[in-house]
Amino acid sequence: MKEDAAYVWRPPFVCLPGKNTTRARRTSGECGRGREIVAKDQKGAIVKKQRVVVAMSGGVDSSVTAALLLEQGYEVIGMTMQIWDYAGYTATHDDSFGSCCSLDDVQDARRVAESLDIPFYVVNFEKDFQSRVIDRFCEDYFSGRTPNPCVLCNQTLKFELLMRRALELEADYLATGHYAQIVEDDGRYFLTKGLDSAKDQSYFLFTLSQQQMAHTLFPLGGMSKPEVRALAARFDLRVAEKPESQDICFVPDGDYVRFLEEQRGSDQLNGEIVHVSGEVLGHHRGIYRYTVGQRRGLGIGWTAPLFVVGIDVENRRVIVGEKEHLSRSSLTVFDCNWSIATPDQPFECRCRIRYRHQEVAARILPGENGEVHVEFAQPQAGITPGQAAVFYDGDRVLGGGWIR
Amino acid sequence: MKNIYMDYNATTPVRPEVLEEMLPFYTQHFGNPSSVHWAGRAVKGAIEKAREQVAALINCSPAEVVFTSCGSEGDNFALKGTVDALKEKGNHIITTSVEHPAVLETCEYLEKQGCEVTYLPVDKEGMLDLAALEAAITDRTILISVMWANNETGNIFPIEEIGAIARKYKVRFHTDSVQAIGRIPVDVQKANVDLAVISGHKLGAAKGVGAMYIRRGTRMTQFMHGGHQERHRRAGTHNVAGIVGLGKACEIAMQRMDEDMPRIQQLRDRLEKGILESIPEVKLNGHPQRRLPNTLNVSFAYIEGESILLNFDMKGIAASSGSACTSGSLEPSHVMCAMCVDVVLAHSSTRFSLGPDNSDEDVDFILRELPPIVQRLREMSPLYNSDARMSCSQCKVVRRA
Repeated sequence: MKEDAAYVWRPPFVCLPGKNTTRARRTSGECGRGREIVAKDQKGAIVKKQRVVVAMSGGVDSSVTAALLLEQGYEVIGMTMQIWDYAGYTATHDDSFGSCCSLDDVQDARRVAESLDIPFYVVNFEKDFQSRVIDRFCEDYFSGRTPNPCVLCNQTLKFELLMRRALELEADYLATGHYAQIVEDDGRYFLTKGLDSAKDQSYFLFTLSQQQMAHTLFPLGGMSKPEVRALAARFDLRVAEKPESQDICFVPDGDYVRFLEEQRGSDQLNGEIVHVSGEVLGHHRGIYRYTVGQRRGLGIGWTAPLFVVGIDVENRRVIVGEKEHLSRSSLTVFDCNWSIATPDQPFECRCRIRYRHQEVAARILPGENGEVHVEFAQPQAGITPGQAAVFYDGDRVLGGGWIR
Repeated sequence: MKNIYMDYNATTPVRPEVLEEMLPFYTQHFGNPSSVHWAGRAVKGAIEKAREQVAALINCSPAEVVFTSCGSEGDNFALKGTVDALKEKGNHIITTSVEHPAVLETCEYLEKQGCEVTYLPVDKEGMLDLAALEAAITDRTILISVMWANNETGNIFPIEEIGAIARKYKVRFHTDSVQAIGRIPVDVQKANVDLAVISGHKLGAAKGVGAMYIRRGTRMTQFMHGGHQERHRRAGTHNVAGIVGLGKACEIAMQRMDEDMPRIQQLRDRLEKGILESIPEVKLNGHPQRRLPNTLNVSFAYIEGESILLNFDMKGIAASSGSACTSGSLEPSHVMCAMCVDVVLAHSSTRFSLGPDNSDEDVDFILRELPPIVQRLREMSPLYNSDARMSCSQCKVVRRA
């Protein structure tokens, strides 16, 4: 990704270690534990409330987050990131009116904020979203990787640019509706899984730094989705019945190939489909159409089911093989972020290699330049370059990085 | 918390006297002005009175005033109506790079329809080179469109001189006068203007009403089909209450301009002086003198305008960055870019636009609250103390010159 000099994360002066962060604090549903949410004078009059900016997407989770924090006594400000303008996109293409689901979501967030009677701002990150998420999304696919834009968006927009907006408004915290928790242990912050294992989103948040965690609240981390829905009903939120969002937010129809071709043009990176044995089985119309582990859409008859087992970018080859060729016993991870002290000795932990993956036993071997080598106890199928590998100790995230 | 409103270039409150005039036309005088019966007659007269009031403010004949729904409608009509009516004569339009989007985007649309558009550049103070304007005129030129006053900087363009040039070459002249009307004297005859646009809510009337000046004899196609209203130029049942209010607001503007504007300018000047003196690395955007008396546009180096606005809002202060139509966009304003304002400064441009309800206390409050906000935001800014300054060439918004 291009380094944009204007946006290197620098800790704002309010969150330097030792300042404002000395007291033990909150994690999950009981936000503000150990720290007064509302400061009162001797007569009991409120003199100051903790201020939280809630990242509101217009969905149930972030709406409940805002309502919950308000009920707990925080001064709450709602913010929505406008990151992708479907209407504008369509308009520049054929000058007609487009549908604009993202704008509907912004309006939902605005109406929820109105009903809660909290200040609400839309911050426009369209340009940043393009340069930091979409461009990398395309770049990954064109380089034979399968990107994870949600992690990137959290890393580069939500917990960097949006958090900066929050701190600029003298907020104490940025809160989101993620199902994850933050615990403080011996002066360090650790991300841990959300209590509802079906919803746990800690995988998407492994990039959080100590400073970011010091200023983050996940009020839903200790709840289950049904509990959150019940709360939405209790708060009488207009989005209580809204369905879950699916897929990648900027590819609402899930047709990422069409999206990539709109962004970068079609008919490129064509080449051969080659069996692991070296036999050429056919041709393909662009390596970006394939993901490691993919089985469907190969269009090749073979004695056994075939899977994509690798992408050879240099020769524009898609490598296919039988199921047993999918499994690997090790992988390399780069750009690691650690909650523990950066390891210099091998250690055992459990590793998750994609969002819906049950973490498995692994041994971590520290390498050079922020890389680590991961060796699995059992070979793993579908190790996909571009996805994140996240390391756990029980429910606790120790660190993570990107699969090479 | 006291709320301070300093965004009069975005919109203004309806004046109480205006509202009072409007109210009976929602209930008591509800008739359709096109009807022949008593209910219609009572209303028809009110519309014609409003037409006279508008005409008086800009010094034209009432017959030259057409009521519309807003300023953008007027700009659309002026451009598209001219292109339609004069397509035998030519297809070239001359405008500036700092127009309101209502003009710029209409021009871009017309380019797709086969028009050629020259976008005149401005200098660092946001002013035009009239020699360049004159040189751009060809025998295919059918329209010159230059705003009377710029919404972001408040810069006042030399409309009379441009009018003289247009007259000399017999080119039609349209001016987006939305920000000027009611704030400075506007005389469409003296300026040789053929088309001018008025927006009600910028001068104390309601939103959803506007007017156009169309010089007698100016050939235009019909903009809205479906009825005989407004001499067949703009169909649609009249927004009676809005029109009545617009008339009243024009009458008040005429009476009060000489009294209100010097006072507003004095407040603006005090705010400007206070900001420039109390905060380092501030730049005044626009021409130091040739500006609307109510508008102040400044850039605070290293800070994004959006951050200032959010912090202002938390203190109850309403100001703006860029025009209201584009704020919410992270692109630096096209006006700042056209003026070659450093891109970092362009991002931080903040506009204060004052009105009759502002007071010395408002100015004091802002001068007290602003310096600590700027200081705090600068300390948090990644650009502060950084060498990573960007140049104007990175300003992608300057499309053509």
